[in-house]
Amino acid sequence: MRRVVLPELGEGIDKATVACWHCNIGDYVRKDDDLLEVVTDKATFNVAAPSEGIVKEILVPEGQEVKVGEVLAVLGTLDVQ
Amino acid sequence: MCEIKDDGLIDYKKAYEIQKRYVQKVQQGHPSIIYVCEHPSVLTLGRSAMAEHILISPEELNERGIEVLPIDRGGDITLHAPGQLVIYPILDLQVFGKDLRAYLCKLEQVAIDLLNCFGIVAHRFDGKTGVWIGRKKIVSIGIGVRRWISYHGLAINVNTDLALFSMIKPCGMDVKMTSMAQIKRGIIDMNEVKKRVISNFCQAFGLTLKESGDDQGKFAVIESRLSERGLCLREGARHAKGCSP
Repeated sequence: MRRVVLPELGEGIDKATVACWHCNIGDYVRKDDDLLEVVTDKATFNVAAPSEGIVKEILVPEGQEVKVGEVLAVLGTLDVQ
Repeated sequence: MCEIKDDGLIDYKKAYEIQKRYVQKVQQGHPSIIYVCEHPSVLTLGRSAMAEHILISPEELNERGIEVLPIDRGGDITLHAPGQLVIYPILDLQVFGKDLRAYLCKLEQVAIDLLNCFGIVAHRFDGKTGVWIGRKKIVSIGIGVRRWISYHGLAINVNTDLALFSMIKPCGMDVKMTSMAQIKRGIIDMNEVKKRVISNFCQAFGLTLKESGDDQGKFAVIESRLSERGLCLREGARHAKGCSP
């Protein structure tokens, strides 16, 4: 399991709003794939997958505000078939 | 090191596709790219845009051939039109401190310094990203960042037809827009603005210019675009002299 958190975006920026998700639960994602886009006042920022995996949980809906460090999604390891 | 790409007047959607390609290139280790251009009239809706900030009807927009495009940029609604210099810096912000606010602030400073080169005193407005002259806005800023590579950027009203802004509530605010031409009471040489802003940008970000493309071809394009608007390079040069500091 790997948690995806809102990274530090710069000094004085402690929160952002989830604009849209680029993935769904159950999707396979590679490391660095865009998972979601967050927006601050004048910037959009794409949060990337920290590792390869399957999207197990999406914890924040579009339009919701999130704090730096808050968990946004959980990636699971690949199931061996 | 950075590379300059100048596409003159180019359709917004085409330029957006080009930006995305540049983002990929820079991500793969290509030097920073400063992409400069102008767009035919278009309205773009940033992520915070609200439909009611468009003040004219869809029919009227259609009649005037003006598209409305929702895009992945921060901020509200904005208008692009010929005479407005758009600068899309494609930079790896990991090299510049991974700080969105500091980056926006630096973009503002580049624009303030540019205007200063033309004898125009401009400033920031507390809490409102962009560059202002008194209570009028002259430069709009909105960015996108993907894997810490920046895209979108600045829109500087050089010779923009300001009447076009009556179609919208720029940035969702009750604000009047202005242009360099309005302040200086005459058409400004766009080529001169490009040169200055690129030089200021490189200085602010500690970048050195990488010469690319053949200048002969570039000037031919600029000349033909000027002549489309009933101008010529010599005239432009004369205007430039008039506004040099």
